[in-house]
Amino acid sequence: MANRIKIKKGLRIPLLGEAEETLRGRVTSEYVRICPEDFHGVTPKLAVKVDDVVKAGTPLFFDKNYPEMFFASPVSGVVTAIERGEKRRILYIEVKADSVIQYEDFGKKEVALLSAEEVKKSILDAGIWFLIKQRPYDVVAVPGKEPRDIFVTGFDTAPLAPSADFILNGQEADLQTGLDALAKLTQGKVYLSVSAKTTNKSLCEAKNVVVTEFEGPHPAGNVGVQINHIKPVNRGETVWTLSAPDVALIGRLFNEGIVDLTRTVALTGSEVKQTGYYQMLIGTELKSIFEGNVKEGISLRYISGNPLTGRKIDADDVLRAYDMQVTVIPEGDDVHEAFGWASLSPKRYSAGCTYPTYNKKYRLDARLLGGPRAIIVSNEYDKVFPMDIYPEQLIKSIIAFNIDKMEQLGIYEVAPEDFALCEFVDTSKLELQRIVRTGLDMLRKEME
Amino acid sequence: MKALRKYLDKIKPNFEEGGKLHWLYSTYDAFETFLFVPNTTSKSGVHIHDARDSKRTMIIVVLALVPALLIGMYNVGLQHYLAIGQDVAFLTKFFYGFLAVLPHIVVSYVVGLGIEFAMAQVKKEEVAEGFLVTGILIPMIVPVDTPLWMIAVATAFAVIFAKEVFGGTGYNIFNVALITRAFLFFSYPSKMSGDQVWVRTASTFGMGNGSVIDGYSGATPLGQIATTEAGSFADFTFHGITGQPLSISDMFFGFIPGSIGEVSPIAILLGAALLIATGVGSWKTMLSVFLGGLAAVLLVNVFAQNAIMEMPVHYHFLLGGFAFGAVFMATDPVTSARTEKGKWIYGFLIGLLAVTIRVFNPGYPEGMMLAILFMNAFAPLIDFYVIDANIKRRAKRVTAMVK
Repeated sequence: MANRIKIKKGLRIPLLGEAEETLRGRVTSEYVRICPEDFHGVTPKLAVKVDDVVKAGTPLFFDKNYPEMFFASPVSGVVTAIERGEKRRILYIEVKADSVIQYEDFGKKEVALLSAEEVKKSILDAGIWFLIKQRPYDVVAVPGKEPRDIFVTGFDTAPLAPSADFILNGQEADLQTGLDALAKLTQGKVYLSVSAKTTNKSLCEAKNVVVTEFEGPHPAGNVGVQINHIKPVNRGETVWTLSAPDVALIGRLFNEGIVDLTRTVALTGSEVKQTGYYQMLIGTELKSIFEGNVKEGISLRYISGNPLTGRKIDADDVLRAYDMQVTVIPEGDDVHEAFGWASLSPKRYSAGCTYPTYNKKYRLDARLLGGPRAIIVSNEYDKVFPMDIYPEQLIKSIIAFNIDKMEQLGIYEVAPEDFALCEFVDTSKLELQRIVRTGLDMLRKEME
Repeated sequence: MKALRKYLDKIKPNFEEGGKLHWLYSTYDAFETFLFVPNTTSKSGVHIHDARDSKRTMIIVVLALVPALLIGMYNVGLQHYLAIGQDVAFLTKFFYGFLAVLPHIVVSYVVGLGIEFAMAQVKKEEVAEGFLVTGILIPMIVPVDTPLWMIAVATAFAVIFAKEVFGGTGYNIFNVALITRAFLFFSYPSKMSGDQVWVRTASTFGMGNGSVIDGYSGATPLGQIATTEAGSFADFTFHGITGQPLSISDMFFGFIPGSIGEVSPIAILLGAALLIATGVGSWKTMLSVFLGGLAAVLLVNVFAQNAIMEMPVHYHFLLGGFAFGAVFMATDPVTSARTEKGKWIYGFLIGLLAVTIRVFNPGYPEGMMLAILFMNAFAPLIDFYVIDANIKRRAKRVTAMVK
């Protein structure tokens, strides 16, 4: 029987628009765009030029600091544009997709027969190394450094999050192969976390890993919380983190010998008329699933990811690299609500008790619902932060960029997503995730 | 509301950069966000936000203060008509008290908010709501006869030197309302203590004319026991301003002389219930203040040498500013300990100190204000040790790993 850990602190935000567990088909688009900004900690250097012909699996770019780390094209076709922004930063690489995808052949491999070096090289060469992230700093894993342990989260507790059980349906073999491959990459252990509600046998009964069962509200599914409860990251240590569907993508490489970055993506949110799951490649344009399927007449916010950690995108934007969820909520910039501070409206949701609570699901928009202030209310972050860390004090040390204090208070254990709920409940409306991201980036620059 | 929204949109350009009223932008913004929820949407991080904001938090504290304020107003009238020996209707007493207290509230708000609006304009920030609470606390913790100009001076002093120089709401070390009171207390002691200031004997806006009856004494119960000649508590009785003995229920409902808002424990309890139910005030701080007080009283009771040392614990809780301080002052999140463990220690020491000052200090009959201000200064130190335990635990993990 798996170890069981109960998370008490946290918050389930009751949002409208959970995805119906139905697969609605495969989405393809004429163009596919890869945005290097998705891969945090990577300095992209192009490996292709406009008009180059690529296959699925051909490197589009690589990391300047680790040239062995390639980033694969998800489709075959012709590179049609390389769009740059300020300071010539690459915004996206656009590939016009062939109607039938041709794959670069990496050869099927039996993981059990490979050495650690061979496994690592296979993943790097195939251009899907980015699926492995690391703590500290929450960046794409540095290939040269061996991790103490590898942590895989097998469920997502974020609001409207897709069900890992459903996504992994039919990918059971790939998941186990992926886990076996990961086990080769560390001297330590591979920890797989599942939820008490997980039913997929490939998760609950996975081999070659230590399975831990978590129970509780969000952020129990965040890998950072799981690490903190299983075996916290100390100064000088590195651990790698992945989500179970990403592990399956790695497994697919070994089982099939090709790079197939097909994800099962949940279309969620209160403004979506028909929710559900779609299969699509990373970088696929999303407009076809939005067209005619979202509420009209109000201004909308499209998010690649969930409402807490996702990225704001346009309606004609693409699925971002790590996301298994696309969300549409009202933007709210066309709403004028009078006397909000006195409101008893059942439309307003608050985690605390300053508003009446109703047992229902809410349709929340993107407004801040207040102005930015200094941190005033105490014990607000702690209630939704189930780690042995003082979040408020850590945030303050990051703002002051006091490296000693940050280290002492546990900066190496956290990622911006761990502060998402704190940011949600924050009375002072501070941008906590941005603060943590900036702090981690500055710290990395300072330490490396 | 639509017409109002339209009007606001129409006048807005005047206040923006380059408009001729730009120097009033913070004021415009404060009123606009007071009337309408700002519709700025999130630019980074989470896309949805909790409906609770700073305005909601402060409004709930103000609401929690209302019962104590209303009973306080009534009591001002009650004491006044007792002092001049007239029997009038309930509403007349309340109205007299309302008229007596209102100017204090107006002065406190006008001075404090004026400074806040100006500072916000200079710093190009939004006006913080902290003073909404401070502004109503100030009139509630001073004697009713405090001259208005003193309130104005003390408020200005406290807002500027206890808050704005530290960076504004959220950065202050000491509770602003208590600094106001402390300023008055040390600058104008004759107007802030003794037995002449707690009951308004003069008429207010022509209302309640009359002369004070014979045998009148305006000393507060705590003032009485601090100066009593009685050798033991058994020989001592609390009396009202006309010499009538005071019952426990008088003390519980707040029909005794004292600072306007502090007299009525039942109204304070109502406020505490609201603060705890909404999670705005920390029940841990409140409870631990009372626990600290209880511990101190039980201790001095054992070694009692005089009447006040013998005074049972319920009198300590019912009289003076103990309950008010525990519920509304100690729980101020900015100046209190910010860690949960710290709150227990912080509150306990406030209760302990308040009783110690009451019992052993010959100069001041009441110790709550000084106890809280003192612990305000120590709150960061308490937090430091609580957090240090966490830091040590993490450091231990690293050394265990190295071995």
